[in-house]
Amino acid sequence: MGGNHYLPLTDEDRREMLSVVGVNSVEDLFRDIPAEVRLEGELDLPPALAESEVLAHLSALSSKNKHFQNCVSFMGAGVYDHYIPSIIKHITGRSEFYTSYTPYQPEVSQGVLQAIFEYQTMICQLTGMDVANASMYDGGTAVAEGAIMGCGATRRSKVLISRSVSPFYREVIRNYFNSRGLTLEEIPLRDGCTDRDKLGKMLGDDVASVVLQQPNFFGMVENMSGIADMIHSHKAVFVVSADPLSLPLLQAPAEYGADIVVGEGQALGVPASFGGPLLGIMAARDRFVRQMPGRIAGETADSEGNRGFVLTLQTREQHIRREKAASNICSNEALVALAASVYLASLGPEGMREVAGQCLQKTAYARDKITALKNYDLSFPGINFKEFAVTVPGDPAELNKKLLGKNILGGVDLTPLYPELKNTMLFAVTEKRTRAEIDALVRELEGWK
Amino acid sequence: MRKSKALLFEMSRSGRRGYSLPSCDVPEKPLEQILPKPLQRSEPLELPELSEVEIIRHYTELSTRNFGVDTGFYPLGSCTMKYNPKVNEDAAILPGFAYMHPCQPEETAQGALELIYNMEQGLKELTGMDRFTLQPAAGAHGELTGLMIIQAYHRHRGDHKRNKVLIPLSAHGTNPATVSMAGYDVVQIPCDDRGLVDLEALKAAVDETTSALMLTNPSTLGLFEEEIIAMARAVHEAGGLLYYDGANMNAIMGYTRPGDMGFDVVHINIHKTLATPHGGGGPGGGPVGVKERLAPFLPVPLVDKKGDGFSFNYDLPGSIGKVHSFYGNFGVVIKAYTYMRMMGAKGLKQASSDAVLNANYLMNLLKKTYYLPYDRICKHEFVLSARPEKKKGAGAGDIAKALLDRGFHPPTVYFPLIVEEALMIEPTDTETKETLDAFARTMEEIAKDIDEDAEKVAHGPYNTVVGRLDEVRAARSPILRWKKE
Repeated sequence: MGGNHYLPLTDEDRREMLSVVGVNSVEDLFRDIPAEVRLEGELDLPPALAESEVLAHLSALSSKNKHFQNCVSFMGAGVYDHYIPSIIKHITGRSEFYTSYTPYQPEVSQGVLQAIFEYQTMICQLTGMDVANASMYDGGTAVAEGAIMGCGATRRSKVLISRSVSPFYREVIRNYFNSRGLTLEEIPLRDGCTDRDKLGKMLGDDVASVVLQQPNFFGMVENMSGIADMIHSHKAVFVVSADPLSLPLLQAPAEYGADIVVGEGQALGVPASFGGPLLGIMAARDRFVRQMPGRIAGETADSEGNRGFVLTLQTREQHIRREKAASNICSNEALVALAASVYLASLGPEGMREVAGQCLQKTAYARDKITALKNYDLSFPGINFKEFAVTVPGDPAELNKKLLGKNILGGVDLTPLYPELKNTMLFAVTEKRTRAEIDALVRELEGWK
Repeated sequence: MRKSKALLFEMSRSGRRGYSLPSCDVPEKPLEQILPKPLQRSEPLELPELSEVEIIRHYTELSTRNFGVDTGFYPLGSCTMKYNPKVNEDAAILPGFAYMHPCQPEETAQGALELIYNMEQGLKELTGMDRFTLQPAAGAHGELTGLMIIQAYHRHRGDHKRNKVLIPLSAHGTNPATVSMAGYDVVQIPCDDRGLVDLEALKAAVDETTSALMLTNPSTLGLFEEEIIAMARAVHEAGGLLYYDGANMNAIMGYTRPGDMGFDVVHINIHKTLATPHGGGGPGGGPVGVKERLAPFLPVPLVDKKGDGFSFNYDLPGSIGKVHSFYGNFGVVIKAYTYMRMMGAKGLKQASSDAVLNANYLMNLLKKTYYLPYDRICKHEFVLSARPEKKKGAGAGDIAKALLDRGFHPPTVYFPLIVEEALMIEPTDTETKETLDAFARTMEEIAKDIDEDAEKVAHGPYNTVVGRLDEVRAARSPILRWKKE
């Protein structure tokens, strides 16, 4: 039978062990389960497979899917087809890393702990923040927890979030807030960006935090100048959801006055994997560290003075503080953070600038070409980093179907996410797209309708 | 040999690079023309500059400074550190899974949807629940999702006075933290002298303000809550619901099911029971299952089967919404699904059976030397108290360090809180008798060492790459990132 080779006890072992325990059969070890709730008979599950059979089954399932290796993808909306250097899987595939638990015993967990410390440092270098944690589940939950940190720090319960923040994230935060009895209000859009005048009117001394996204969900670089002053004049907290891959070129959030930086780290060398596992980024100014959720690694030393790393400031966390903890998070996305670290270390400052620069250039190229076509209009004027919204001459779902015929994964249909945007698509162009691929997309669009 | 390892930043040399990119093949514009100067970063980006071989050697050395299940025995209580089959890893990185976009059209994702659908069927059968969401990315995330569903259920019925969640004192820390996060108050229920939830105290605590009881069964003491039927009745009669924390599900597969015990909502830690790796802290997976009457409140989307095809269902008006940007940790779900298909019904039951046998065997070996506060048949784990050793000068934490010196990962220490100097030991189903015997012998040696020279044990470990690290200093003057001198 299939997976029984994962179970090393032999029947002879079992007999000997039962006699040490002093019972006759394994069933005696389950007598404390009341008869009324004992399972009669066997679970109704498909028969066990051998390893070769299970791989054949999984391969058959996977071959039914389209993916970035048999299609050219222009999909983004928070998850992107960036190039993933080979080195990453060889490091995350070291089983000393991936088969370990949360590093509670630091003396045998220096590998993971030092890797987290280095990850925290690189996230701080990118964002300009003072402190970062070891990761959150994804961008959506990181945004929710960032907004909640603002509530904890200000002892207020109302949060303003721009409609230019990912609708996927806003659904998560709405749910977190609804459950906890916190208030969430959305700042309207103006030309695809946060309406600054409306933000000014909505701000008051009851606002805990304001959440903006840069670049925003439509790929647009928002004008952040003066925003921090507006927010801080009400002693509210400025939370920014940032794409880490944009930060080599765009102003670091610290430069325009953000207090807390969250975001999705998938762009940093992480497979899209149908939307998970992803990487929630969480960084902040020093003064928020006590409100920060999740694991944090810190430097210390042993009695001989050797440097080492431990999980620290644990009085914020659930296993110590229980109901008074900053968050309930326990398991995080440590291995994904490791992948992001290897990505950042491999690319370094020059490589990161180059990847970000190619995203910017290729996006500009694709945007200019597509919007030069008849009946394709840029939805919002402005600056785009690696995505742009376009009004197309018909139903986006229909267009995507046609593109699939040419093995192109087209843009994300925005209408279900923003009902006011009819026939609008969001195209993402990463450094991985070639001129030929972009030109092929443009030809297909031109030939439609 | 003791030594520190240089940080990436300390190895950095200006001009080194660890990547290559094709040159940009579209006509380039001057940067300022696309991105005006005021929007550009002005601070230089300080990332390390390293060659590929240096990065590989750096992380390879770091990996040798880390202990995983593949390194050796890892009896960390309540964490179910069983072997992580390698075929699971191969399945998850098939290009047709790993390189899928979450927004791609349904008809291009049929294999992925079928896998999600199949997984849901398997989890329903394993737990006795009616519907599942795979969205929660971890156990604690599942707990929060479950409480949100329970909250939505009560609110939907116009029942707004239920503001309390009951939790036994032996519960995992995530339970009370989750309760607060969902805006509820915690009511602690004591344990009786058998280590089980005090049924009378529970009955006294339930009333019209009770939203739910959160329970791990078997408990963190590794004991099955024998009075679960009476407990369920008490909570249900008061109009409350039962939440099952599936952290300890590895003890009962094929023997009993939370759905049959009366639980209304469950989460299962697939990174524990279903053998997916813990990744040094994550990613995990915490699918949540519910009984039919709670299904309308599950997160969207669900996956439905229509004819031969599979589709997302967003049409769930009562849904709490989403708890993850997309569909949860799909990559982890693939591994758990692969494991379930390899094991089948008999294999899963055998896994629980061996996990329980291993725990009882090891408990019987160790209770000759160590104090076992609750001396009865256990399930997948048991808890010793090092109180006698502590009096001699070396407690649970010191025993843990002594184990590090002898090549074992220690048990969970100082938890559950209801046992003083707790050593919580979970051997799992994938360990040999020889390993358990060796561990027991080692624990006996450590007990002897404490008798002879407790002071020495209290200052270990001695054979690790660093000595005992000063955690107080780390918290008192936090250094949380590297900085240029």
